[in-house]
Amino acid sequence: MSKSIMDWVDARLPITALIKSQATEYPTPKNLNYWWVFGSLALFCLIVMLLTGLFLAMHYKPDANMAFDAVEHIMRDVNFGWLLRYMHANGATFFFMTVYIHILRGMYYGSHRAPREILWWFGIIIFFLLMATAFMGYVLPWGQMSYWGAAVITNLMSAIPVVGEELVVWIWGGFAVGDPTLNRFFALHFLLPFVIFGVVIVHLWALHAVHSNNPDGIDIVDEHKDTIPFHPYITIKDLYSMGVFLLVYCAFVFFMPNFFLEPDNYIPANPMQTPAHIVPEWYFLPFYAILRSIDFLGSYSKLAGVIAMGAAIAILFILPFLDRSPVRSFRYRPLSRQLFWIFVIDCFLLGWVGYNPADATRFNGALPLIVVGRTCTAIYFGYFFLLWIITAFDIEKPQPVPKSL
Amino acid sequence: MSASAHSTAHSHSPVSEQPEEDSRRDFLILATGAVSAVGVAGAVWPFIKSWSPSADVLSQATTEVDISALGKGQMITVPWQGKPVFILHRTDEQIASAKKGDAEKLPDPAKDAERAQKPEYLVLLAICTHLGCVPQPIGTGNYGGFLCPCHGSHYDTSGRIRQGPAPKNLEVPFYAFKDDKTLVIGKAVG
Ligand code: HEM
Ligand code: FES
Repeated sequence: MSKSIMDWVDARLPITALIKSQATEYPTPKNLNYWWVFGSLALFCLIVMLLTGLFLAMHYKPDANMAFDAVEHIMRDVNFGWLLRYMHANGATFFFMTVYIHILRGMYYGSHRAPREILWWFGIIIFFLLMATAFMGYVLPWGQMSYWGAAVITNLMSAIPVVGEELVVWIWGGFAVGDPTLNRFFALHFLLPFVIFGVVIVHLWALHAVHSNNPDGIDIVDEHKDTIPFHPYITIKDLYSMGVFLLVYCAFVFFMPNFFLEPDNYIPANPMQTPAHIVPEWYFLPFYAILRSIDFLGSYSKLAGVIAMGAAIAILFILPFLDRSPVRSFRYRPLSRQLFWIFVIDCFLLGWVGYNPADATRFNGALPLIVVGRTCTAIYFGYFFLLWIITAFDIEKPQPVPKSL
Repeated sequence: MSASAHSTAHSHSPVSEQPEEDSRRDFLILATGAVSAVGVAGAVWPFIKSWSPSADVLSQATTEVDISALGKGQMITVPWQGKPVFILHRTDEQIASAKKGDAEKLPDPAKDAERAQKPEYLVLLAICTHLGCVPQPIGTGNYGGFLCPCHGSHYDTSGRIRQGPAPKNLEVPFYAFKDDKTLVIGKAVG
């Protein structure tokens, strides 16, 4: 019975064939390690955000006079409202963790190299949209951090020559961040995750066109010997990882829900007073540090800071062309591997600098953090430059790669 | 796209072999494209424009403040168009230090006399010219002025930038003394 129904459907819409070729029997390299599970974890995060966000939206009010109270109403009065909100707020944090690991995985194993450039670009687009979505979401509770985070970030646009000032007023819908801003950010915050979902589908389409890279970074030679079917080998691994992921995520949601949230955001937004120390969410800190580190160019500092911050993300787009090594995976590239780990540590250092006040110092004033910030910014961009130098001029001698998986 | 499809389809017929026929078609496609682009731009404009400040926002152009109770050395923050404005009744030392600054090397040169209509009253748009935070009250920064906590910009007792990432002096909004007691910030528009 069910078979004949499926036959009827398949004759009109070949679902069974699609599931077979793209999911159950879809060939995956047999040597994928656990760094390959973060893609499906990111997708899981997106679904959690879509679901919790949709149900939060049913109780939330995007009005400057009501938003803060609406979130408190969700926290105190709505049945399981606290759970929805804590899942959503911590979900953003875990979404970024998975996406950052996912991106670094790609950088280490050379997953951005030919023929996966378009796949990589769509990934960066997702990352960018994710940052925009999270930024606008953080404005919605309308606390002090929400308000001043929105003020500082939208003000970045004013650095754009000629049209900057007008552009900011246009984004605000007023002469400061206010009710119109909150209302439009809510609309966009609702919409963008669905746009992300669409881009994820294109991302997966591009993936299935060129197939997964693998830790050795070499091509599949013989599909029978080198690959295993997605189901059950990858599905079980992804599910197991999801269990581990949920364990950590739930530990935060249930036992430390405010760990990543700022106490100041439980103070209602006050356009007349900036908190003494404003910090963005942790996932923006490295970029924030890069922005602040350019302060030595006088009246050009602001524009230069904004450009540097944009470039820190934009440079990922050209990464596939900067790396000119014949070998994809850093497993066989000792020099690149060292640079990579310096880069990772550098990102953490930038995050730490971004977390501290701008004029903070260490060692009794002997080490202003701004100097650390500038150095780390130089190292951040230096990584990409050196990667190009050592591969374009054959300075790095890669080790021999295996002939097959 | 459709042009090439047509030219292959027509390549058997003698008509399309005449070059004027092709260039006429190219012209029509181009003209149609141009007119549609204008149409699309016209249709998109209302959507874009809907984000600009609405009439009710624009109507909040001026704020009147009673400054009779503001003693020497005191400062108040008043909202104007949703933005904070500092009104400082300066002490003699603060005025002197501002005048002294006139002669020093400034990132954004300006004379104190151009910034304060009456030397006793300093009126400033309390929005840091770096990224828009509200600086802290008078006396918090180096040079006796205002410190912006966000990224460490220091403004002097005339609201001029002296140190830190902000590129410009704190803006002086349009203001006028209606009488000895009343200050009007802003200008009615429209
Ligand atoms: C890419 C996925 C998403 C990300 C990264 C994200 C991020 C965020 C963040 C960081 C907050 C602030 C949390 C807080 O401090 O309270 C927030 C709030 C909110 N989001 Fe999302 N969100 C996503 C998807 C969605 C979706 C799909 C909807 C609606 C359909 C939604 C609706 C809301 C609402 C109503 C709030 C305000 C309530 C609150 O602050 O908890 N979000 N979002
Ligand atoms: S906003 Fe004032 S120093 Fe950055």
